[in-house]
Amino acid sequence: MMSSFQIKERMIQGIFAILAFASFIFLIGIVFVLFKEGLPIFKSVNVFDFLFGKFWYPTYDPPEFGVLPLIVGSFVVSLGAMVICVPLGVGSALYINEIASHQQKAILKPLIEILASVPSIIYGFFAMAILAPFLQNTFHIPIGLCALNASIVLGIMATPTVCSIAEDALSYVPRSFREASFAVGATRWQTLIKVIIPAAGSGISTAIILGMSRAIGETMTVLMAAGGAAIIPTSAFDPVRPMTAAIAAEMGEAPMGGDHYHALFAIALALFIVTFLFNILAEIISRRFRIKLGLSG
Amino acid sequence: MKTVNKILLTGLAVLGLAMPAFAEKIVVEGSTTVLPIAQKAAEVYMQKNPSADISVRGGGSSVGIASIIDGSCDIADSSRPIKDTELEKAASNGRDIKAHVVAMDGIAVVIHPSNGINALSKSQVKDIFTGKISNWSQLGGSNEKIVAISRDTSSGTFEAFMELVLDKQKVRPDAIMQASNQAVATTVARTPNAIGYVGLGFLSDAIKAVSVDGIMPSKETVLTGKYKVGRPLFMYTNGAPKGLAKEFLDFVKGPEGQALADELGYVGLK
Repeated sequence: MMSSFQIKERMIQGIFAILAFASFIFLIGIVFVLFKEGLPIFKSVNVFDFLFGKFWYPTYDPPEFGVLPLIVGSFVVSLGAMVICVPLGVGSALYINEIASHQQKAILKPLIEILASVPSIIYGFFAMAILAPFLQNTFHIPIGLCALNASIVLGIMATPTVCSIAEDALSYVPRSFREASFAVGATRWQTLIKVIIPAAGSGISTAIILGMSRAIGETMTVLMAAGGAAIIPTSAFDPVRPMTAAIAAEMGEAPMGGDHYHALFAIALALFIVTFLFNILAEIISRRFRIKLGLSG
Repeated sequence: MKTVNKILLTGLAVLGLAMPAFAEKIVVEGSTTVLPIAQKAAEVYMQKNPSADISVRGGGSSVGIASIIDGSCDIADSSRPIKDTELEKAASNGRDIKAHVVAMDGIAVVIHPSNGINALSKSQVKDIFTGKISNWSQLGGSNEKIVAISRDTSSGTFEAFMELVLDKQKVRPDAIMQASNQAVATTVARTPNAIGYVGLGFLSDAIKAVSVDGIMPSKETVLTGKYKVGRPLFMYTNGAPKGLAKEFLDFVKGPEGQALADELGYVGLK
């Protein structure tokens, strides 16, 4: 017979177990719904035409469900964001970890965290109201709502993610590496480039991958800033319609159970798979990096 | 302790039950064209009847109609008639959608004030928006790329424009998509080579309306039918409206509501 104390123990353990597995259950639930609601579209249009079709006209009669422009839009905007957030993020991480004094570190780290906490709609608003007219006037382009506009703000948004993780990676590099490098006569710069960064290489790759993941999944900002045109861009100044923006703009009116609804879920499924793969990649690389440095896996 | 808890709970329960009696609440959702009328009417109505709570949202005609079919709003604003497929969906949900015309509206084709063009034919507007004409020089203007500003598919204004001007053809894929009439107006005002279309109520000094087939959009030309790009504005309810929804609708259709619509630039029902 268990004493009431033991029963209570078991109950508490049970409750914590449920909480821990709750996220797992939510994830399974999301995956299940995505597949359930997304796969029916392939009864009406085959996978090849869906993924590689060039025209997205879901509400016309007959509808066209080619998501290639949406996918390319997402990638173009994310790659553009990487061009900005990788130098900024990794550079900031290097500065904070290697060069900044204690006081500077104490100010810079929290500031970058604050940048991460700015709501994405504020970035979207900024991009639409301030950055777009600026780009329009500076580059004499027809309209400022374009891939470049979205890339710039996405880059700024992803910088804190990249910086935090890269900075963590750099701080894991053992002091002994640095000391050994100085002992053989290397300068600070040589140590940084040839010893520290390669040693933290995996962690920095993780940071970059997660930054890209963040950029691809961003919705509100690209909805407001990228222009919304479902075309394959031929220049950074072309408007684009990333996958997330397409879903956000069209979900409200797609009749439940209709083809458009299933098509949007299929896009969501594609998006989920892409970010999931990115995260797995980041996890694999990060595991290797921990083992390499002799930390527990 | 226990008695105090009991008293507190009873008090909360009473308040909870009484709350609905204090304020009747309705949600009005849908067309961004009808939005200014709905918002202004709701404001004035709530000032006169403090116990009423009317929540007004945009989102587009299709969003409003989807909401009323789902039951998530009480009145759906729409700048286009409800489609047969939507009526079927409503019927299968057990909802009987009733239409109420609240105003007439014209869709004005607008460009930036600095653009020299003043008149376009319907076929020219159609060619611009379907992608056949891409440069202002083809219309007698300067040698600049035309930036077409259009609306997302949830827009009733877009649907009306597509039917009345585009003859149901597809909008050019590189058109910039905006989420509301106001967003289109703002974008056109900021973009020298833009062309867009907005409801009459959104005309301002920041943008310039062009004449279509020789007729300038105005209340008179829309009312008389001379300006062809006109359409009625609807509010849809589930069944005959009751309670606050009925009172609000009567207000909007009555002389006060119509005067407000007129002030905002729409065409009142005469």
